[in-house]
Amino acid sequence: MRQLKYREAIDEATRQAMAKDDRIFVLGVGVDDAKGIFGTTRGPAREFGSKRVLETPLSEATLTGVAIGAALRGLHPLLVHARNDFLMLTMDQLVNNAAKWRYMSGGTMRVPFTIRAIIGRGWGQAAQHSQSLQAMLAHVPGLQVMMPATPGDAKGLLMTALTTETPVVCLEHRWLYERSGPVGEEPYYTPLGHAAVVREGGDVTVAALSLMVGEALEAAQQLATEGIALEVVDLRTARPLDSETVCASVAKTGRLVIADTGWRSFGVSAELAARVGEQCFGELRAPIGRVALPDVPTPGSSALEKIYYPGPAEIAAAVRATLAARGRAPDPGMAPRADSHGKEFSGPF
Amino acid sequence: MTSIPPERLKAFYVQMARIRGAEEAIVALYPEQEIRCPTHLSIGQEAVAVGVCQALRDGDTVLSGHRCHAHYLAKGGSARGMFAELYGKATGCCGGKGGSMHLASPETGMLGASAIVAGTVPMAVGAALASTLRSTDDVSVAFFGDAAIEQGVMHESLAFAALRALPVVFVCENNLYATLTPLSQRQVSADIWPRAGAHGVAAVCVDGNDVVAVYEQATAAVARARRGEGPTFIEAKTYRWREHVGPNFDIDVGYRTQAELDGWMARDPIAALARTLEARGIMTAAERAAIDAVVEAEVADAVTFAKASPFPEPAMLRTDVD
Repeated sequence: MRQLKYREAIDEATRQAMAKDDRIFVLGVGVDDAKGIFGTTRGPAREFGSKRVLETPLSEATLTGVAIGAALRGLHPLLVHARNDFLMLTMDQLVNNAAKWRYMSGGTMRVPFTIRAIIGRGWGQAAQHSQSLQAMLAHVPGLQVMMPATPGDAKGLLMTALTTETPVVCLEHRWLYERSGPVGEEPYYTPLGHAAVVREGGDVTVAALSLMVGEALEAAQQLATEGIALEVVDLRTARPLDSETVCASVAKTGRLVIADTGWRSFGVSAELAARVGEQCFGELRAPIGRVALPDVPTPGSSALEKIYYPGPAEIAAAVRATLAARGRAPDPGMAPRADSHGKEFSGPF
Repeated sequence: MTSIPPERLKAFYVQMARIRGAEEAIVALYPEQEIRCPTHLSIGQEAVAVGVCQALRDGDTVLSGHRCHAHYLAKGGSARGMFAELYGKATGCCGGKGGSMHLASPETGMLGASAIVAGTVPMAVGAALASTLRSTDDVSVAFFGDAAIEQGVMHESLAFAALRALPVVFVCENNLYATLTPLSQRQVSADIWPRAGAHGVAAVCVDGNDVVAVYEQATAAVARARRGEGPTFIEAKTYRWREHVGPNFDIDVGYRTQAELDGWMARDPIAALARTLEARGIMTAAERAAIDAVVEAEVADAVTFAKASPFPEPAMLRTDVD
């Protein structure tokens, strides 16, 4: 199949969705500037012009409300943020309005509204340009949160979001943008809420989100040389969270490690661990392991970044711990870290 | 005023009387504790909702805030739907899931209300953007109070609407208080409209207790918007007679005086219009009594309907989410 980069898949999905549905328009800070959100909105701007790709003032909160109002009047806005940190400016509109308008109106109105926002990492971007805030968003009934890990899913999930009549937030990890993968040329639609088993194995299940899927696959290669067979599940969406697919895998392996791009506490890993405990506790042969960010803001120094982000080595350590566990799993945060970061990305931005 | 047809002037009276009648019914019924939601009454402020909504047509939309009963009714929302909503019934305009602060009737162009001050202002700008993008000349109205100008999105919305010359009318009902806090403790100037003007939005100030004056300003603003000439901000100075939330008078609380309230009640927008129409021979005392009787019957029917309606089924808890 044809190979596309992740950012090219987003560009193509946007253009194909806009060609099929003239309700869709793009807005956001930088969507029609010379770079177009790392190249993802240049194509739509060129193809559809400034009436459907709207450059905007730096007013993220109001833009979110504008999008909701336009959605109530029959359009489908695609609002783009170059960092998901900027979503924090928009929480009233997102949480109080977008997520609730359908419910509060007794189903008489809907808000077809897609938001794309990028997760940054590395090159000292520090605490306000490198957060991974899916848990805050996924906590809210009425919002769906997708985190495509591959170019193929970036296209398929985004095309689905752009046909969904309720708000969907698409969180895209910046480190995935230049990675290539198979992407079908025709429009296709990957349903939200269906995890994918991306590598089969019988020993330990690793359920991962976004960038951590690739990190888990790397860990799986490493562990295969030790005779450990990982089954890797790409969760694809944080809400809906497909714990059924994870439980089906755990029924086979009896062991689970969860790898998230967000913080450890109160995050997707906590929610998934709770659900697995509720739904298939009896299948577990060892405590669930979690690989996530330590509960501190992102540091600026590259020396601290290296120990902040977990990677394949930490996932492998958590897998070994769950295989060795008699009782409580050791905190993977305490495991020795390999210097495997920082190669994929360098600045400036 | 002379250019306004008598039937339109009578419609002002009918609509204001409807809102007053419905809200006085809430005052009477609230002690029964069957209306189990906070209610923010517009008694005394009816001329703003009616003067603006009478300047609109089908296809135009309004959005509102927590004090939204008047806007819902003035835009054509049914009294039955409103009362059933206040009673939390399945037959309410939002199926009982919204309550007093979130009234909506999309079929009449009332797109809803947020309980967060200024929360729907950007949404109204978005509805206007949709008109522009879809090449229609529908106009969008944002209703909000005097505290909305203290919120960031208000300024962002004014600036964005001006930048794109969007067909939106910003209607500020300045009733002088945010809950218990007077304007003078919150803002540097008693006039709000010049701040909208600073963003490049045409801005005017009007007596919010004079329905004809509100209508004339709204008509001019709506016409500008429809012609593609951009947004207008209307500051309507008015006054809420009763407490911020709930059915009572609250002079005893001590944040405002009886003399101030008496002064504004003497300027009751409904009584003032009735006097004018009677003096000009447009509406006789007998006609007024007949209208009042129709309004009373509509409200009584709505209350009976609401009380007799069923509550939502338990299954409704989980519908309409995602």
